[in-house]
Amino acid sequence: MTMKRETFFLKIVACSLLRRHSKLLTAILAVAAGAAIVSGLTTIYYDIPRQMGREFRSYGANLLFAPAGDRAALTADEAGKAALFLPADAVVGVAAYRYNTIRINEQPFMAAGAALAEVQKTSPYWLVRGGWPRAGQEALIGQEVADITRLVPGSAFTAVFTDRQGKSSEHAFTVSGVLQTGGTEEAFVFMSLPDFENMAGAGGFDIVECSVSLPGADIEKLAARINEEIPGLAARPVRRVTESETVVLTRLQALVYLVTVVVLLLTMISVATTMLAAVAERRREIGLKKALGAPSASIVAEFLSESLLLGGLGGLLGGIFGFLFAQMISANVFGRPLSFPLLLLPFTVAASVLVTGAASALPAKSAARVEPAIVLRGE
Amino acid sequence: MHILEIEGVSKIYGSVKALQNVNLSVRKGEWLAIMGPSGSGKTTMMNIIGCMDKPSSGAVLLDGVDIAKESGGALTAIRRDKIGLIFQQFHLINYLTALENVMVAQYYHSMPDEEEALKALARVGLAERARHLPGQLSGGEQQRVCIARALINYPALILADEPTGNLDEVNEGVVLDIFRKLHREGSTIIVVTHDPEVAREAERVIVLEHGRVAKEVLNKK
Repeated sequence: MTMKRETFFLKIVACSLLRRHSKLLTAILAVAAGAAIVSGLTTIYYDIPRQMGREFRSYGANLLFAPAGDRAALTADEAGKAALFLPADAVVGVAAYRYNTIRINEQPFMAAGAALAEVQKTSPYWLVRGGWPRAGQEALIGQEVADITRLVPGSAFTAVFTDRQGKSSEHAFTVSGVLQTGGTEEAFVFMSLPDFENMAGAGGFDIVECSVSLPGADIEKLAARINEEIPGLAARPVRRVTESETVVLTRLQALVYLVTVVVLLLTMISVATTMLAAVAERRREIGLKKALGAPSASIVAEFLSESLLLGGLGGLLGGIFGFLFAQMISANVFGRPLSFPLLLLPFTVAASVLVTGAASALPAKSAARVEPAIVLRGE
Repeated sequence: MHILEIEGVSKIYGSVKALQNVNLSVRKGEWLAIMGPSGSGKTTMMNIIGCMDKPSSGAVLLDGVDIAKESGGALTAIRRDKIGLIFQQFHLINYLTALENVMVAQYYHSMPDEEEALKALARVGLAERARHLPGQLSGGEQQRVCIARALINYPALILADEPTGNLDEVNEGVVLDIFRKLHREGSTIIVVTHDPEVAREAERVIVLEHGRVAKEVLNKK
């Protein structure tokens, strides 16, 4: 029964790999090791923005909504609409603030009313001595306020609010805690939004701070889109934060990219060396095939096919081990697990096949140059 | 009618004259033995007849084609179509079974045919060992696989390089029996050998010395 030439070709290649497995183990391991590092680093490369984005969020809000132009405040409706543009899975917190001046012991201070649970999310770096306000008529005062008023956690104080008509009202508060940030927040008195509204009446928001786990470029795009869609609202990236994030991410990614390229080159050298050794070891076999009438192209095709299969197999193993490697790094460095990127395996296999193919071109060419007469020298 | 005609062939490697003005004709169906001490030019002669090398001068007509004038690719095709090679060291591919080793020659020649390859193995008495790897076969069995591989494409010329050089007496007998049978069936055989016993089986023996045909002996049968 005749067999298709292609079928027999595949059989030769498969037999060469399967029945010479011990000799090819080194080559597979070289490819798999390279592929594991490349796939691991690639996973980390693409996951760094996500992982680091979460880390960066501990440095505060990276997007602000403010009234555009001459407007004094944002309506709750506008702020709500703008917040809908933020990707739900990336939102860490959205804190809307109202500000007004109050007096404590005749000293003027800026009072801020906000949903304090959200403030804790957008400003996780705030250090609070004492505690956050939990009940009504409790306030968190900045260190600067505490220094001037000599208030401490548990102290009672009276905040005097004067409206636009000049009518003053007194409101009793208890200090729940003292805030230390090293920034301007230390000059503020923070209270819950209901307490603020009880004092100043209902009104719009002066500013909305958003903490969104997205890279700087995405924040810029998001801000531009919101500005387009909601007139009267100005969305502004906090560039001090987003640009620092971008610089750090770019450098980290460049480092990972460089290491990936070096590993790919090392893998190529390793595969090329292994294949050259295989050609040297199999000179007689190659000579025999040529003596039997194999054209050089056929010898090249056999060697390259073996290499490509090796690359595929090594790439598959490397892809799996690479993900485990990345998972280990992520768990140890970022303390979070990685999600398995679906395209990782096909990418790693394709990269391994390409690298192995390129690395095998020279050995395959050298195989084609083996003289058939070698089989007649009775060595 | 001659299958091979060598006319004034010389082969020079640098300052070494491996063959010097060799003339030789081989009839279709003839069994010729080439003998000679080491360095006499036997391997060079085999390489040239086997289309694996070209002479420095002279003509080598194989089945009417002057192989001295052919390119490397054409020589590969002539080798594939007209010559069956048998080696002292068998040269089987160690990761292919006996059957697959025979089919490799078919694959490079035309189409692999398992049934025909099995018949070729049966012809050398190895049908039962067709699925064994070379490492599982004795030296004699490996040489028989090598012979089956050489015969599978019905070559015009069988070229054997010390075919019994690595075999014991029993296996040498088995291989020579196969050669006798092939000769009876009309195959043209050229055997390079050191062994006078093997040479005695041929119809004609030529002895090479210092790259020249020093002696020619016709064996009486």
